[in-house]
Amino acid sequence: MNVAVAVDDEVRYETRSSASEAGPATKRIVVGYGFWVFLLSDIVMFSAIFAGYAVLAHATAGGPGGAQLFNQGSVAIETACLLASSYSCGLMSMAIGSRRYAATYLAALITFVLGAAFLVLELREFAGMIAIGAGPQRSAFLSAFFTLVGCHGLHVTAGLVWLVVMMAQVAIKGFHATVERRLLCFSLFWHALDIVWVWLFTVVYLMGVLS
Amino acid sequence: MNLLGKLDWSAVPFDQPIIMGASGGVVVVIAAILSWVTLKGYVPYLWREWITSVDHKRIGIMYIILALIMLLRGFADAIMMRAQQAVAAGGAQGYLPPEHFDQIFSAHGTIMIFFMAMPFVIGMMNFVVPLQLGVRDMAFPTLNSVALGLTAAGILLTNISLAVGEFSKAGWVAYPPLSELQYSPGVGVDYYLWALQISGVGTLMTGINFVATILKTRAPGMSYMRMPVFCWTSLAANLLIVAAFPVLTATLAMLLLDRYLGFHFFTTDGQGNAMMYVNLFWVWGHPEVYILVLPAFGIFSEVVSTFSGKPLFGYRSMVAATMAICVLSFLVWLHHFFTMGASANVNGFFGVMTMIIAVPTGVKVFNWLFTMYGGRIRFTVPILWSIGFMVTFVIGGMTGVLMAVPPADFQLHNSLFLIAHFHNVIIGGTVFGLMAGYNYWFPKAFGFRLDERWGRISFWCWLIGFYLAFMPLYALGLMGMTRRMQHYDVASWQPWLVVAAVGAVVILVGIVSQVIQLVVSIRDREQLKVAADPWNGRTLEWATASPPPAWNFAVLPRVADIDAFWRRKQRERTQAQPAKERKFEPIEVPKNSATGFIIAFFAVVSGFAMIWHIWWMAGAGAIGIFLTMLAFAFRSEEEIEIPAEQIARFEQANQAEIAV
Repeated sequence: MNVAVAVDDEVRYETRSSASEAGPATKRIVVGYGFWVFLLSDIVMFSAIFAGYAVLAHATAGGPGGAQLFNQGSVAIETACLLASSYSCGLMSMAIGSRRYAATYLAALITFVLGAAFLVLELREFAGMIAIGAGPQRSAFLSAFFTLVGCHGLHVTAGLVWLVVMMAQVAIKGFHATVERRLLCFSLFWHALDIVWVWLFTVVYLMGVLS
Repeated sequence: MNLLGKLDWSAVPFDQPIIMGASGGVVVVIAAILSWVTLKGYVPYLWREWITSVDHKRIGIMYIILALIMLLRGFADAIMMRAQQAVAAGGAQGYLPPEHFDQIFSAHGTIMIFFMAMPFVIGMMNFVVPLQLGVRDMAFPTLNSVALGLTAAGILLTNISLAVGEFSKAGWVAYPPLSELQYSPGVGVDYYLWALQISGVGTLMTGINFVATILKTRAPGMSYMRMPVFCWTSLAANLLIVAAFPVLTATLAMLLLDRYLGFHFFTTDGQGNAMMYVNLFWVWGHPEVYILVLPAFGIFSEVVSTFSGKPLFGYRSMVAATMAICVLSFLVWLHHFFTMGASANVNGFFGVMTMIIAVPTGVKVFNWLFTMYGGRIRFTVPILWSIGFMVTFVIGGMTGVLMAVPPADFQLHNSLFLIAHFHNVIIGGTVFGLMAGYNYWFPKAFGFRLDERWGRISFWCWLIGFYLAFMPLYALGLMGMTRRMQHYDVASWQPWLVVAAVGAVVILVGIVSQVIQLVVSIRDREQLKVAADPWNGRTLEWATASPPPAWNFAVLPRVADIDAFWRRKQRERTQAQPAKERKFEPIEVPKNSATGFIIAFFAVVSGFAMIWHIWWMAGAGAIGIFLTMLAFAFRSEEEIEIPAEQIARFEQANQAEIAV
């Protein structure tokens, strides 16, 4: 899309009164905005899965429930990893803003390691549950649990892959405007996963143990 | 382990003459077209100018071509059903066995909603919205091309099911537990699910793209309250896509997990909850109704105002009504299953909400009527469709309000009354709107008008055929006939069904007339040639050449009011314009990209492999998609520059047309 506008100056009008009359926005704004809309749609998808989980939370079909299965300690470490990775992702954004390569790579590496640690812990939790016969096939509750938590995990995995690709782009193309816009989208994505996780932690793990 | 999963030669129904005849015919036609294109040497042209194009106008036209082809396919299903029900009375079984009939009604609904109406609406928005906004393209042109590719991938998968395997027999809504593995062990439901998942992702991309385009890229001076109404209704429809399609994706994913990995979301065992599917499905499904009809409302607004020669009556109330419908559409989903057994209070709430949503719709109808009142109406084909719509849609709307009363719905639920109602609003609303838009914007897209006479014939056949085909269904519904019956014992139903079948034939004549209209118009294109503004239009798409150049506008128009182009014409007529030398600057347009086509190819590979449990192939397709995206991410050039001389040359050549 072209934003270099040659305005038709046939007629002069009164000075523009609002931002909505300013004409096409810059590419950075359009891309960021579009990505916000995508995140919104992603959160809508999560909300549907959350709704499914809420409906099926007590449908254990005689099998184990959340109180028996969830290990608070492990989940607390997972949460800490993810939140810390958001912090390092924020540091990465600042490093990008000031065009520092080494700091960008370092912050990206920390983000990646923390995200990967989160995934490992999550997979260990899944494997443990499956090992004791509490896999997703056991009951509707466990189906919903694995889908909700697994969907978030898939997002984190996609984020990690994306992060690797972005670092390759920084290495090859440098801080090109396109690369910078994509990095902006990545950090939005990464923070959005945190928000989903906070909800997930509350609804699945905290409320699950309460009941 | 079998390398081809569940796929073997028994998947092709060689013993079914109807299916083999139909799919054989399709294969022959496709092969004929492909070889004709290849022999004539059109492949490089098609590849360069269409398949890899990221131009919103080209993409819009390709969407509409897909939709028109799918209209033929979906209509073939419809007329087969009408023929079956017209003869299968008393002891007769008709010519379609139950398992085939079940596939036909499932395919008819799926195709007409997802692969006819949706691509048609999206194609219309694609072509028109950036032009009306006075800008050069969509916010994300390549994403637009990927979305088209994914829609086409879903369409292709659905049509492959005709020849390889079977389609779903669980209706277009695929309610569990019927659609679960236990009761539908075949590949039919898997075809349905993967086709919808793949095209659904494409639709979501479209939604994001349009929301960003409409909210962030408008011509200078075009504030929200100066946007044409079609842009407003498109905005509302795309907000609905963004908010509703992810729910469909999640719901179908749950059903896929049930079917592929033995999960228990909707199963009868493991404490699954089938009603949750129904709820989630309609949380998407009701907004979907408005995704289809709101853009049609926008088309009517443009058409009625243009051909009445008046500004739209109550522009602000039209906008308010559109946005009210946009919000309210999320608060009525339960009316699709009042009989589920929710409490009287819940049913009452959703009944009342359903009646309330009729209010903004009524506002719109009155706005159109008042726009026409006192206008000097030119009875062209688009306005005929619009008037036909107003009458038909009001009838459909009133039967909808009738069914919004829960006790009445308990009688009418899943009867032919319901079928008549939703065809009444979808055909009378969406299809009539799309036909109006097709006739209205065709000259803009191709530079020549569609033949008027065949257009009128087609309209009258559609209108009369519609009433003949669907009014009897209201009566049948009240007589107690339920939907989806392969045969029936009540002899008194048959005369009504015969009338309905005759109606379907009249609609067929209408469709044939449209094909003739297109052929005749292409033949006579020199006589039907038009300038930039054939209808004396009001909005910015008429300010540029027909067909518009790749860059749409040499200079972005500046907008000071609604009906921007109309105002400009008025101004230039009343005030003498000083002749002045125009200076053009080079314009950047997005570079062509094969990304959409390649991703669609791999999506078909993956989808087909998942349907037939060919895991290695599904993985290969997924890797292919990933690598394609990677290649796109690393491409070095994103835009090409069109030199100022070329623009000046084009403007010079089209000056006579653009002069008002």
